Amino acid sequence: MTEITHHLTDDLLMDYATGTLPEGFALVVATHVSLCDDCRARLAAYEALGGSVLERAEAVALEDRAFEATMARIAGLSPAPRPAARPRHGLFPAPLQDYVGGDLAAVRWRPLGLGVRQAVLPTDGSAKVRLLYIPAGAAVPDHGHRGRELTLVLQGAFRDDEGRFGPGDVEVADEELEHTPVAEAGQDCICLAATDALLKFRGIMPRLAQPFFRI
Amino acid sequence: MLALRDRQDKAAFAALFRHFAPRVKAFLMKGGASAAQAEDHAQEVMATLWHKAHLYDPTRASVATWVFTIARNRRIDAIRRARRPEPEDLPWGPEPEPDQADALVLAQESNRLTEALAQLPPKQRELVERAYWGDLTHSELAVETGLPLGTIKSRIRLALDRLRHELR
Repeated sequence: MTEITHHLTDDLLMDYATGTLPEGFALVVATHVSLCDDCRARLAAYEALGGSVLERAEAVALEDRAFEATMARIAGLSPAPRPAARPRHGLFPAPLQDYVGGDLAAVRWRPLGLGVRQAVLPTDGSAKVRLLYIPAGAAVPDHGHRGRELTLVLQGAFRDDEGRFGPGDVEVADEELEHTPVAEAGQDCICLAATDALLKFRGIMPRLAQPFFRI
Repeated sequence: MLALRDRQDKAAFAALFRHFAPRVKAFLMKGGASAAQAEDHAQEVMATLWHKAHLYDPTRASVATWVFTIARNRRIDAIRRARRPEPEDLPWGPEPEPDQADALVLAQESNRLTEALAQLPPKQRELVERAYWGDLTHSELAVETGLPLGTIKSRIRLALDRLRHELR
């Protein structure tokens, strides 16, 4: 894999560490961290800060027989299996495979026109996350953002005003960014993109009325 | 923790329980759980600690950090009812014989981070703590308190950076 040059922001890593990041964004973070040792170490440091917060918490008394009750729970459960170090099969890191139900071949794509395809992944709805398939050389129409957008490249590469994004790179866009990503020639580009959720009634609106990436 | 990990030592677990279970309960109550809920979840977190002890790697996390991640995941699962996508395990996984020198350095740097947190001015410390209790995202907290997180981060930045280099 080529070297990753576009990383997650501190804000995203900290919200992921505290557990307050919406599920769709958390999936992009977990997928990027699976590919990026640098962000894995930064995330571990933010989790260590959580350890410090816990260490400093003022103890609250437990119920009288809490320890015995816990030992009884332990007796009723079997030990967690040691996760086999999963050899990487295919394109998608493990957290993404969990959501897709497999690798690239398991994705149920829907056409968006001009060869672009998408597959929305199921989450709790607090953020929308989808896979995007952009043919080599194709442009994604101009689009702004009403909230945050995270785009992680899994295969191929795209370019926009912010630079070149290759495999493992993640672009963090906010409301200000208007961009026209263009997939590089040579290889079709596959991305994982998360956006802040829109209003609930979005589902029944005509798909074409929605700006690109917001469908 | 290593006595629990390597020998399922009940006395070692009892000591961890006395230290962490009341803190986990406090942590979950700060995050909005009722006392009864927090008690139930704290017991569950400690039972999970026992069952996952063989996965603990002292070169990657302090015990407090390990307990924090279990408690945080329990909170997401129970209170937010959302899934928690987790990064892929490192291909080499937890080492059967972790390097003691690495583990010691990590423990020292973790203590340094806890000290850095303790030395923050109270308002800034509260902001960090509330972010980790999980009731608000840090940007919501910054709006609420008028304190930009950047100023706080610069205070604990050094401790975080040192730890990050140890973790690479």
